[in-house]
Amino acid sequence: MTTVVRTSEPDYLHAQTNRKGISAWIFSTDHKRIGILYMVSMLVFFLTAVVLGVLMRLEMLTPGKTIMEPQTYNTFFTLHGIMMIFLFIIPGLPAVFGNFLLPLMIGAKDVFFPRLNLLSWWLFIIGGLLALVSLFLPGGPADTGWTFYVPYSIRTTTNVIPALFAAFILGFSSILTGLNFITTIHRMRAPGMTWFKMPLFTWALYSTAWIQVLATPVIGITLLLVVVERLFGVGIFDPNLGGDPVLYQHLFWIYSHPAVYIMILPGLGVVSEVLPVFARRTIFGYKVIAYSSLAIAFIGSLVWAHHMFTVGMSNTGMFIFSLLTFLVSIPSAIKVFNWIATLYKGSIKIEVPLLFVLSFIFQFSIGGLTGLMLGVLSVNIHVQDTYFVVGHFHYVMFGGTGFGLMAAMHFWFPKMFGKMFKKTPAIIGWLLMTVGFNVLYFPMFFLGYLGMPRRYYDFLPQYQSYHIISTVGSWILFIGILIIFINLIISLKKGMKAPANPWGGKTLEWTIPSPPPVENFQEIPIVEKGPYDYSEYEIKPEIAK
Amino acid sequence: MTTAAATHTHRDDVGSRMGMWLFLFTELILFGGLFIVYAVYRFKFPEQFQLAARELDTLVGTVNTIILLTSSLTVAMSITAIQQGKKHLSMMLIGMTIIFALAFLVNKYFEWSHKISIGIYPQSPELLNKPQGEILYFGLYYVMTGLHALHVIIGMVVLLFSMVFIATGKINQQSYVKLEAGGLYWHLVDIIWIFLFPLFYLIS
Repeated sequence: MTTVVRTSEPDYLHAQTNRKGISAWIFSTDHKRIGILYMVSMLVFFLTAVVLGVLMRLEMLTPGKTIMEPQTYNTFFTLHGIMMIFLFIIPGLPAVFGNFLLPLMIGAKDVFFPRLNLLSWWLFIIGGLLALVSLFLPGGPADTGWTFYVPYSIRTTTNVIPALFAAFILGFSSILTGLNFITTIHRMRAPGMTWFKMPLFTWALYSTAWIQVLATPVIGITLLLVVVERLFGVGIFDPNLGGDPVLYQHLFWIYSHPAVYIMILPGLGVVSEVLPVFARRTIFGYKVIAYSSLAIAFIGSLVWAHHMFTVGMSNTGMFIFSLLTFLVSIPSAIKVFNWIATLYKGSIKIEVPLLFVLSFIFQFSIGGLTGLMLGVLSVNIHVQDTYFVVGHFHYVMFGGTGFGLMAAMHFWFPKMFGKMFKKTPAIIGWLLMTVGFNVLYFPMFFLGYLGMPRRYYDFLPQYQSYHIISTVGSWILFIGILIIFINLIISLKKGMKAPANPWGGKTLEWTIPSPPPVENFQEIPIVEKGPYDYSEYEIKPEIAK
Repeated sequence: MTTAAATHTHRDDVGSRMGMWLFLFTELILFGGLFIVYAVYRFKFPEQFQLAARELDTLVGTVNTIILLTSSLTVAMSITAIQQGKKHLSMMLIGMTIIFALAFLVNKYFEWSHKISIGIYPQSPELLNKPQGEILYFGLYYVMTGLHALHVIIGMVVLLFSMVFIATGKINQQSYVKLEAGGLYWHLVDIIWIFLFPLFYLIS
C-alpha cells in the first residue's frame, strides 16, 4: 500500500505501481486507465466491424454474387451488428469517456466502486472474446442478425449460444458500469457542485446509466431463455410447443429500444459539452437540456413496440406506440434547437471537434426526422424492414453517436494523452468522413422507399445505381476513418505537448494538467460557478442594442 | 493494490448501500422478464395452467417457504448481532442461514427428481403429449425455480464469504456494510420465492 510515488505528482500514464508492464494497466483500478483500456479494445472491435461493413457494401455492388457467398453475407451482417452494437456503440462513449471524464468533471478522485469498474472491463473483454471464439468453433458464426429473432435463432445450426452468452456477459458489464456511475454522481460530487452545476455530459451519463441499470436485465433474461430453449427445448418461444415468437420480440425491444438511447444520449452530451467551448457562450437552456436527457430516457423506455408494427398488434396498441414515438422526438428536438441557439451570436472558433459536432447536428436531424417518418403507422407498413430503416439508424447511430465519438476523441485527446493532434489531416479526415457518410447512407432512403429489403443478399437490377453510389460512399468514408486514426496515432508519438486547457474549456477537467495526475486533483475543488461561464466573452448589453 | 485503490480510503456506507440497492433492482427486473412471460402465457392458457399446477405438491412448497422466511430472520439477526459486537453469535446465525438454504435446495432436489421420475421434464414424451399450456407451465416451472435455485447458491457463497470476513475481522462492529449487502441479497432471494410460491403452487 505504500508504493505510490508522490514526489512530483506523476501523470497517470507514467505513474509507477508495484505491477509492471501490461498488468499495470489491465489490473489497474484507476478510472483513467480503465477508460483507455476500453478505448483500445473498443476501437479494435470497431475497426473490425468497419471492415465487415465495407466488405458487405462491396458485395452489394452488383446483383448476384460479387465477392462472397450468401451464407457468408448472413454471418457478416450478424457480426457487424453484434460488434457495432454490443462491443462498440453501447460501451463506446459511456465506458471510454464516461470512465475517463466523469470523476474529473465532478471533481472526484475516482468512481465510487473502482474494483467493480475493473470487473466491468474484464467482463467486456470476456464477452468480446467469446463473440470472437464463436466465429471459429465448428458450426460457423451466427447468422441470425444481431436481433436473434426466434424461431430461427432456435433452429439454425450455427453458433448462436456463444454469441448469446457473449451478449449476456456484455450486458452484465454494462449494468455494472451504470450502477457505478449512478452511485458516483450521487455521492462524489465536489463541494458546491449542485445537480444543476454539473456539466451536461455528466447529465447525459446519468440518464444513460439509469437506462443501463433498468433495461439491460430484460435482455439478459431474454437471451438466457433462448439459450435454455436451444439446450433443453423448454418451449417458451417455440411455436411448436405453444410458445410465442412475438413475445420474444417484445422482450427483446423492451431492452433494445432503450438501448438505442444508451447509444445516443452520451453523444448528445458530448455536443452540449463541445458547443459552448467553441462558441464561447454559455449553453442556451442548460436546465432544459438536462431535463430533456431524463425525458428521453423515460419516454424512450415506453416506445419499444414501434419496431414491431407489422407483427399484428391491436390497433390501440399501435396507436399508443406511435404517439409515444412522436413524443420522444420533442426532447430530442429541444436539444437541437438549444444547440443552434447556443451558436447564435457566439464567438465561434472553428476547430476539429466543432466540425464533427456540426456534422453530428446535421446528420442527427436527418436521422431523427426519418425516425419520425418511421413512427407514422401508414409509412411504417411501407418501409418496414427495408433499406429506409438501415439508412435511418445509421444516420442516428453513426452520423450521430459515431461522429459524437470522433468529436470527443479530438476534444479530449489532449487531456487524455497530453499531446496535440495535427489539425490539417484531421480536417481532411472529417471532410471525407462527412461526405462519405452521406454518400453511403442517403441513397438507402431511396432504396428503401422503392422497396429494397434489408439483409437481402441479392437485388433486382433497377436498384443497382443506388447501390453503386452507396458502395462508393463506403470507400470515401473508410479512407476518412483511416486518416483520422492514423493522424491520432502519429500524434500520440509526435504531437506537440498539450497545455492544460487547449480549447478554453470551463469544466473541471481543464483545470488540471494534461495528462491528469494519478490523483486527479491535488485538492478537491470547491465549485462556485456553473459549468459554462463565458460571461467575459459575451456581448455587453450596451453593445447588444 | 494499484495506486487508485491504495490511496482510496474514503468510506461511504450510504453510497455502498445505494449501489447494492441498484443491483437488487436489476435482479428484480431480471425476474420481472420471467414474470411477464408467465403472465402472458397464463392469460393465454388459463385452464391448462390451473390443471398443471395441481401436479405440484403444495406441502413441499409451503415447507420451503417457511424455511426461506426463517432464514431471512436469522440473517437479519446476524446483522443485529454484529452491530452489538457479538461476533460469534453473528457467525452462528449466518451458519444457520446457510443450513436453511441447504435444506431448501435438498427439498427442491427431491421435488425435481420426483417430477423427472414421473416423466415431466422438457422434451419428455410424457410432457409432449400434454396440451401446450401444460408444456409451457412446466417449462416455466423449471426455468424460474431453476434460476431461483441458482440465486440461492450464489447467496450461500456470499454469506459464506461474510462469515469468513467476520472471522478475519474485515466485517466488525464498526464496519458491517458488507454483511448488510449480503443480507439484502438474501432477502431478495426470499422475496422472489414469495412470488414464485403462489404463482406455481397456490393458484390451482
